[in-house]
Amino acid sequence: MKVRNYIKLEFPALSINESFARSATAGFVAQLDPTLEELDDIKTAVSEAVTNCIVHAYPDSVGKISLRLCIYEGGGFEIRVRDWGKGIENIDMAMQPMYTTGGEDRSGMGFTIMESFMDMLSVSSAPGKGTTVVMQRVIKQRESRR
Amino acid sequence: MKFTTAYSGGRLTVYLCGELDHHGAREAVRGISDAIDGFLPRDLVLDMSELTFMDSSGIAVIVKINRKLGSCGGRMLIENPAPQPLKVLDAAGVDRLVPIFAKGEVTT
Repeated sequence: MKVRNYIKLEFPALSINESFARSATAGFVAQLDPTLEELDDIKTAVSEAVTNCIVHAYPDSVGKISLRLCIYEGGGFEIRVRDWGKGIENIDMAMQPMYTTGGEDRSGMGFTIMESFMDMLSVSSAPGKGTTVVMQRVIKQRESRR
Repeated sequence: MKFTTAYSGGRLTVYLCGELDHHGAREAVRGISDAIDGFLPRDLVLDMSELTFMDSSGIAVIVKINRKLGSCGGRMLIENPAPQPLKVLDAAGVDRLVPIFAKGEVTT
């Protein structure tokens, strides 16, 4: 797939940056003229991924989060969220609905929502080294937008 | 996220406004819990008509508030969720825990 446009942002794992990540993503993907529902789904997914970094990757520190957004020819949109935090011991378990290591402040539904709101979700992680979440969504090209 | 409250006849309505994410979740739980302690309602209605965004952090808020209310013998309802919060509520299966009423549906 040929990359048409991309942006890369880096910011500290501060919860105030959750809304910034959503706004930045919405601003970038706007060039694909998504529907309101597509925009909401993408904002929700990026919010979940960034929150995971803040809550789980860096529970006792403020580490670095990288957010890379990429638009491919044909309307494919990719979100890549990376941290260099504690990593995930068991990815399959972490992706189970209701499973959380975040205590009662977390619902354990983050990955479930990312998975159901995007077309593709992949998670790679190494304990002590960090986690990368990649999500893709095709923004349908409506007749009126061509 | 901000909220206001209204109390009448044993029913406490909490009007959520803005965006509910992890950044504001603790404050939301604390504020709503304080309101429950103050009014000791029979029913608590979370009115989401002005809530423009919610992620799974909002689900944890709902679960926590519902648990607190249940321990006091109260009942929780969600009213008027906008499309984005409603999709998150549906994905998490919140309606198995708390009844959700769309705009115009009558709750008694």
